[in-house]
Amino acid sequence: MTLLEVSELRLAFGGLLAIDGLSFSVGEAEIVSVIGPNGAGKTSAFNCVTGFYRPTGGTITFDGHSLLGKRPSAVAAAGISRTFQNLRLFGELSVLDNVRAGSHLRLRQSVFDALLHTPRYRRTERECTAEANHWLDFVGLRGDRYSEARNLPYGEQRRVEIARALAREPRLLLLDEPAAGLNHAEKTEMLDLIRRIRDLGVAIVLIEHDMGLVMQVSERIVVLNFGKEIADGSPEEVRRDAAVIEAYLGSDTHA
Amino acid sequence: MNETKAPEAPRKLGAAAPRTRLSKLFDNRWAGLAGLLVALLAPFVNASNYALSIMTSAAIFAMLASGLNIVVGYTGLLDLGYAAFFAVGAYTSGVLATRFDLPLLVTVPAVIVVTVIAGIIIGAPTLRLRSDYLAIVTLGFGEIIRITANNLPVTGGPSGIYGIPSLTDSPVTFYYVTVAIVAIAIIGASRLGRSRLGRAMRFVREDEDAAEATGVHTYRVKLAAYIAGAVWGGLAGVLFAGHLSAISPNSFTFLQSALVLMAVVLGGMGSVPGVVLGAIVISLLPELLRGVADYRYFVFGVLLIIVMLVRPQGLWPARSKEALK
Repeated sequence: MTLLEVSELRLAFGGLLAIDGLSFSVGEAEIVSVIGPNGAGKTSAFNCVTGFYRPTGGTITFDGHSLLGKRPSAVAAAGISRTFQNLRLFGELSVLDNVRAGSHLRLRQSVFDALLHTPRYRRTERECTAEANHWLDFVGLRGDRYSEARNLPYGEQRRVEIARALAREPRLLLLDEPAAGLNHAEKTEMLDLIRRIRDLGVAIVLIEHDMGLVMQVSERIVVLNFGKEIADGSPEEVRRDAAVIEAYLGSDTHA
Repeated sequence: MNETKAPEAPRKLGAAAPRTRLSKLFDNRWAGLAGLLVALLAPFVNASNYALSIMTSAAIFAMLASGLNIVVGYTGLLDLGYAAFFAVGAYTSGVLATRFDLPLLVTVPAVIVVTVIAGIIIGAPTLRLRSDYLAIVTLGFGEIIRITANNLPVTGGPSGIYGIPSLTDSPVTFYYVTVAIVAIAIIGASRLGRSRLGRAMRFVREDEDAAEATGVHTYRVKLAAYIAGAVWGGLAGVLFAGHLSAISPNSFTFLQSALVLMAVVLGGMGSVPGVVLGAIVISLLPELLRGVADYRYFVFGVLLIIVMLVRPQGLWPARSKEALK
């Protein structure tokens, strides 16, 4: 069953067409990678889906409902989480608080609960902390979760960002270059983590430059170039596609 | 995938240092109790009308700082016109009390309603702006409120309103009532900071886009922070009106907004004990410096500059490190 359906998506910045008629779909618990050279419009497409950019044309439907014109928080409420290409953690807050952000939408706690410290306040705060700890365990965080997020090493911060996205309990997770800047061992762990997330029943759309990772983890690959889709298929099909080899893989030696 | 019942993860060895005796001493709760004790015992040291008046003003100022801290410290919205809400509260209370002969406390519900509306009117159009633009617009609104009060007949024009009934006849009782209300306001601001909404405010401060992506409706959260700040400021205004029994536009100048902001920055943005300490320092230091007479505000300014150079994070900065439960 199709979870996310992007069709004829267009995005123009002034005269520049960043996305020019992009269509792709993501099924439940499917891992789809979006690849393409720098500036092909991958992150722009993410930003359109998550409500950060307003597309110039086309439709985006999630679980049968249009996402067009929704603000990012409403998209998150619909069940889509994302990470950012350049880490966007709440640096001065504790690691736990960062992940607690993911529980924001589900936490049933009013201002009066907070001011009067009602039993419901205590219960919801306990649950929220337990959930944050659970997701930090899930992503395998080793570092200190009580201290400021910015003090963690880079690879650990990536995990925290994913834990925060998971704490939202999304049905679709958009990962924007989760393996960028990671070393070889960390990349292997990331591969395993992406699969474990999928096993929870979460669909994943992945933007990634590491072809080894993409080929191993993806069920389907969408290839973009200059805002247009040039291929859509299994890793094997994409690997053999002449247009892809010319546009992307041909210029990338470790593919 | 809903595993909310997951047990608390066991603490990792060396993950965080256990709380020492010293850090426990600086725990907000103990600090709050100690502060309250000092406030309660102060009149036993000096109960002259002059001293009581200054201490009452300091307590009201602490309430203002704890309110502005919600806006500036928690949410990161630079508000240069906070005196506007202080004025709205003081005038609403003053006008109602003098025109309809109402006791001051009876005006409180009306003050809350009016300040919430003022917060929405000022906040709704401006909170779409970011940082410096917001600062300039709030500065403008602060002046608009003051100039409006200066020109309306109902607010008494430039001479303002006088004969506002106090809560009590004795300055000592008024001081204690003020301390009690201010203490409740400070505890409320602190609890708000440790709640779902308070966390959302900090997410907005740290990164608005990331906050949106996790499902925080940033505009609503900013508006909530603004309204909370407005209510705190307005209620402080009621105490102010009762304390001085006369208010005029001169009490709500930009300097007043700047001083409250200074208390927040000096004490440590986002830190409740910090901003209360900052407020006490800002309101008492000029009095303690009376010895240097004409150079009082010069020395005051120099001391503030020195503190900010030596401790840019504030006297008592907010801690992000979580204590282990």
